[in-house]
Amino acid sequence: MSRAADEQLADGQVPAPTVVPVPGPIAAQPVLDMRGLSISYRTRSGEVKAVVGVDLALMPGEIVGLAGESGSGKSTLAYGSCRLLRPPAVITAGSVTYRGRRVSPQGVSVLEQTRSQLRAIRWREIAIVFQSAMNALNPVLRVEDQLFDVIDAHLSMGKEEKRERASSLLDLVGIARNRLKSYPHELSGGMRQRVMIAMALAVDPEIVIMDEPTTALDVVVQREILSQIVELKERLGFSVLFITHDLSLLLEVANRIAIMYAGQLVELGSANRMYRQPAHPYTRGLLNSFPSLHGPRRELAGIAGSPPDLRNLPPGCPFVPRCSFATDACRQVDMRLVQIEKARDPSHLSACPFVPPDVEAPGSGTPQGHR
Amino acid sequence: MSTQVRSAAESRGPLVLEAVAIHRNFKLGHGRKAPVLSAVRDVSFGLYRRGVVALVGESGSGKSTVARLLAGQEHLTKGEVRLDGNVVRLSHRKAFRSYKHDVQMVFQDPFASLNSVHTVRYHLERPVRIQRRTRGRSAVEAEVARLLSEVELTPPEHFMAKFPHELSGGQRQRVAIARALAANPRVLLADEPISMLDVSIRLDILSLLDELRERLDLAMLYITHDIASARYVADETLVMYAGDIVERGPSEDVTQHPAHPYTQLLVASAPDPDALDSGLRIGSKVLAGQSGSALSTVVGCRFSPRCPFADDHCRREVPPPVRISEQRAAACWHLDVTAPQLMRDRPMADSPPASTSPA
Repeated sequence: MSRAADEQLADGQVPAPTVVPVPGPIAAQPVLDMRGLSISYRTRSGEVKAVVGVDLALMPGEIVGLAGESGSGKSTLAYGSCRLLRPPAVITAGSVTYRGRRVSPQGVSVLEQTRSQLRAIRWREIAIVFQSAMNALNPVLRVEDQLFDVIDAHLSMGKEEKRERASSLLDLVGIARNRLKSYPHELSGGMRQRVMIAMALAVDPEIVIMDEPTTALDVVVQREILSQIVELKERLGFSVLFITHDLSLLLEVANRIAIMYAGQLVELGSANRMYRQPAHPYTRGLLNSFPSLHGPRRELAGIAGSPPDLRNLPPGCPFVPRCSFATDACRQVDMRLVQIEKARDPSHLSACPFVPPDVEAPGSGTPQGHR
Repeated sequence: MSTQVRSAAESRGPLVLEAVAIHRNFKLGHGRKAPVLSAVRDVSFGLYRRGVVALVGESGSGKSTVARLLAGQEHLTKGEVRLDGNVVRLSHRKAFRSYKHDVQMVFQDPFASLNSVHTVRYHLERPVRIQRRTRGRSAVEAEVARLLSEVELTPPEHFMAKFPHELSGGQRQRVAIARALAANPRVLLADEPISMLDVSIRLDILSLLDELRERLDLAMLYITHDIASARYVADETLVMYAGDIVERGPSEDVTQHPAHPYTQLLVASAPDPDALDSGLRIGSKVLAGQSGSALSTVVGCRFSPRCPFADDHCRREVPPPVRISEQRAAACWHLDVTAPQLMRDRPMADSPPASTSPA
């Protein structure tokens, strides 16, 4: 698999798409299933392992949050899953299976698609809301033309029909229809971000990847946009992979949260569970680093140190140098997600087998201590 | 017209820098009939030694303009800025330079505020030579090293030769802070110093600023759109909307018991994991709407188009600040509806200027 994926990124010449046989009922199957996905940047100064053996599944109608610091590999993972990365990025291992309602129930292996097959999947099936709407929109085209471009690329529609669709897309995200004729610079930051969302939804995708969609916005607008995303998701039934470095946001919008550190998933679980019983010391650090507005003022601790150099990761857990629980055993640990408490919540996984969920980090007040 | 309330930062130390009823208008376009944007309208507050005042508001509310006015980067339309009680006049270059000696700024985006073709050493050497008038290679070098260790970039020799692109966002912001400190200022104006940084790094920068304030006796203005961080950082919080200060008071009171409907909106909008159990809280309390217009043609309360409590009175007349307690005030006609508890508990002795009844 690794060779195939590798070659294919360099050029599009790959044999006919193979269908990955997966048993079981369709309804309970993930729309996007990444297994053991590894992505590297092959630079002159060495191979940067940006994503290492990530298993992550996105269920239909679900919002999965992907959180981590800058450089933790979260964007690389998301873009890699629809093969949007250019060399020197190389997918070195793993598989990505997409199962939408419009494709065969067995799903298609994204890593084995040809260029034209990929073009059919991108945006039609998996759309992306890019981080900076300011840069992602074309400054010299009207909003209308940019929406038409998306529609033309995937659907065949008459002019009137297209115009109607573009208008209803703006309705969907709460922008007045007369804004179709506006240029991006005539819109506020929040409106631009909404146009990006409208564009992502233009051809009814099954999955929307949101890469820090609200980072540049202030809190009031941020909340409006988030509530709109949740509402649209309920109405249209797509799934969302939500990337952010702000865990406090995810706790509110996401069903499940995956925490990424140095290219690896370190914890995965339901949002509620992550907040109440964070298992991995890194997750606890993240939870402790944002000021809370409600409730008693708590001691904020943050995470000392800085992320490791991905060019030569030490064996074992990459978080060791910053971890207050670290022991010698951590340097040999196999970074695999394991169930923490089978009985209470089998879906809560952590890569840290040493710290039981109810132990407080030394010297730092974890949230549950104050609740 | 500003109601006198005592600043919650006052207990920290003596008054250093003061804004007295400052205004700033921008004319949009040319000609006599061009619309005027009053970006800052009648804003008064003081910065006290070792105290932190937070200025909170959405984009476009005028908070950065206030910082630029205080830093002397922008001309006042009306009002005055006082340093140690003396009115600041920056009519000539020498006065500007000596003012900069006392008042320094840290900007939002450390990717943009540092010059990418120069090293860290260059960024810090210049203010050391210009502001401190330090001469001699080794003296300047020693001073740069001291500044770097001040912001915990150690060992300093390791960082001096680096270019901004070789540093992480947090390290870059530390260099920007060191540059501001190079002038040995008494006032630090921090304009969204953490909003471009990763959540896990924000706290480090905030604690660094807090430590520097304490150690170097700085008076600090902390500008942010994140009201939760104001709660942790600032003694006093001022909430700004479309050029007006709509509420002010001790940070804990303002964030825990907001009185003005806009502050209530800000507080409701902040991400709050504790509200997980209340189901889909998102959107439940939020008032949709455009951000506030500061055009001078807008009459009445500038928040009234988005305000659920607004009536004809609000749309006709600008509400004056009403004193809620010794340290708190809010500018709203309907405080008895928006914050009934606060108004009931208000000490009667210092009742507000009786709100002029609608004509």
